[in-house]
Amino acid sequence: MRALDLEYMLGLVPVILGYVPLTLFMALVGMALALVLASLLAVERVFKVPGLDWLVLLFISFFRGTPLLVQLFLFYYGLPQVLAFLTQINGVTAAIMGLTLHFSAYMAESIRAAIAGVDRSQWEAAQSIGMTQGQMMRRIVLPQATRIAAPTLVNYFIDMIKGTSLAFTLGVTEMMGAAQKEAAGSFRYFEAFLVVAIIYWVIVEALNQGQKRLELFLNRAYAR
Amino acid sequence: MIDIRGLTKRFGETTVIDGVDLRIAHGERVVVIGPSGTGKSTLLRCLNFLDRPQAGQISIGDLTLDAARASRAQILALRRRTAFVFQNYALFANRTAKENIMEALVTVQKQPRAEAEARALAVLAETGLSDKADSYPAALSGGQQQRVGIGRAMALHADLMLFDEPTSALDPEWVGEVLDLMRRVAARRQTMLIVTHEMQFAREIADRILFMHSGRIVESGPPEQIFGAPKDERLQRFLSRVGA
Ligand SMILES: Nc1ncnc2c1ncn2[C@@H]1O[C@H](COP(=O)(O)OP(=O)(O)O)[C@@H](O)[C@H]1O
Ligand SMILES: [Mg+2]
Repeated sequence: MRALDLEYMLGLVPVILGYVPLTLFMALVGMALALVLASLLAVERVFKVPGLDWLVLLFISFFRGTPLLVQLFLFYYGLPQVLAFLTQINGVTAAIMGLTLHFSAYMAESIRAAIAGVDRSQWEAAQSIGMTQGQMMRRIVLPQATRIAAPTLVNYFIDMIKGTSLAFTLGVTEMMGAAQKEAAGSFRYFEAFLVVAIIYWVIVEALNQGQKRLELFLNRAYAR
Repeated sequence: MIDIRGLTKRFGETTVIDGVDLRIAHGERVVVIGPSGTGKSTLLRCLNFLDRPQAGQISIGDLTLDAARASRAQILALRRRTAFVFQNYALFANRTAKENIMEALVTVQKQPRAEAEARALAVLAETGLSDKADSYPAALSGGQQQRVGIGRAMALHADLMLFDEPTSALDPEWVGEVLDLMRRVAARRQTMLIVTHEMQFAREIADRILFMHSGRIVESGPPEQIFGAPKDERLQRFLSRVGA
């Protein structure tokens, strides 16, 4: 056993931090796209569009039923062999696509549950005053569903941030990739990966604190 | 003038509204009574198309709609001429009292916000809730919520106001204030169709009482006749059961 090379670690921190923007970029873009896709999937699940419902169920089942890493490999290494136009896609884009599809399947379910959690009589009240279905969803149901789903969605965002580390396996130099490269020269693998772990940990803890505040805020909303 | 003919609603095999004919004059206040499970709520819900009838014709003013082939636009038009007060209030939880009343004015009737807000505040004043304008439903008592629910319906200036047991979900202490507000609405000769178990109230404000049984209007007449000289044996039994 040897002592941790703290000096080496401190020196590495700014290097790895330099890749935090890429991590956040992948997670934020992935989250934004996943929110849009998940909302569409959830609304379909609520209204059960004939002919579309089975496709949505299949999509959700597949992306929840298989590991994210397997999905990323399928997209990045597998699909271009079948679909030629995908050969142009770089690792970052593939990672964002994979994260989006994977997490949208999970988020669709929590958004669907949140929509179902909005008291049915409010839907009827909206219809009774002559609102169209679109007005009812936009103005009454979805704003309340968003609040119900928000804490869960923050959890998925945290999972997505951690999931971006898998982009490393697609050849993307993000935090993991950078640490790997640094350690390859210094042989200080433990220190290098520990720095990565600590940076993830700090980011996630910060988000956890934010989530607690968010929940307090949401619990107070509509109560005054 | 509201004219309903042959209104029929089935849930699966069960016929819940069995070819109901009903005419309501402008400004008439009609109260529906009857045992539970006879289709009173369903009748009201069909008139608002919250439940879709399988057959029948509904005319309100110049709008006539054939239930079997009502288009989406006709359904919206019908809903815009009727206002519904729910047993459990059904206020929008993400809107304040004032916004609950404004919602239809802004979103459906496309009134300018300032105008809608002025009308909402005027309605709140009538319901005695001016000081609660900016409260969310969760912060209101049951009685206050139902007064907002009635206010939301009043603000629509609908041709027909439908009340489905508006006091049944309330703690007894709040019933009086809600009935008082309904009396005030009735005093303006607003056309109203009310399902209630408050027999004293029915006797007092109704121009006509309908007794429903098994999806049909079995007997109808002015309160003195229904309560004083009921003819149908089922009505007699019902009245003795509710102690009226
Ligand atoms: N959505 C529904 N699906 C199936 N049956 C229903 C539904 N709504 C009402 N019913 C049935 O229709 C009948 C009339 O119900 P309702 O109109 O609520 O009666 P009331 O208001 O007079 O108590 C009842 O037997 C009830 O079980
Ligand atoms: Mg009922």
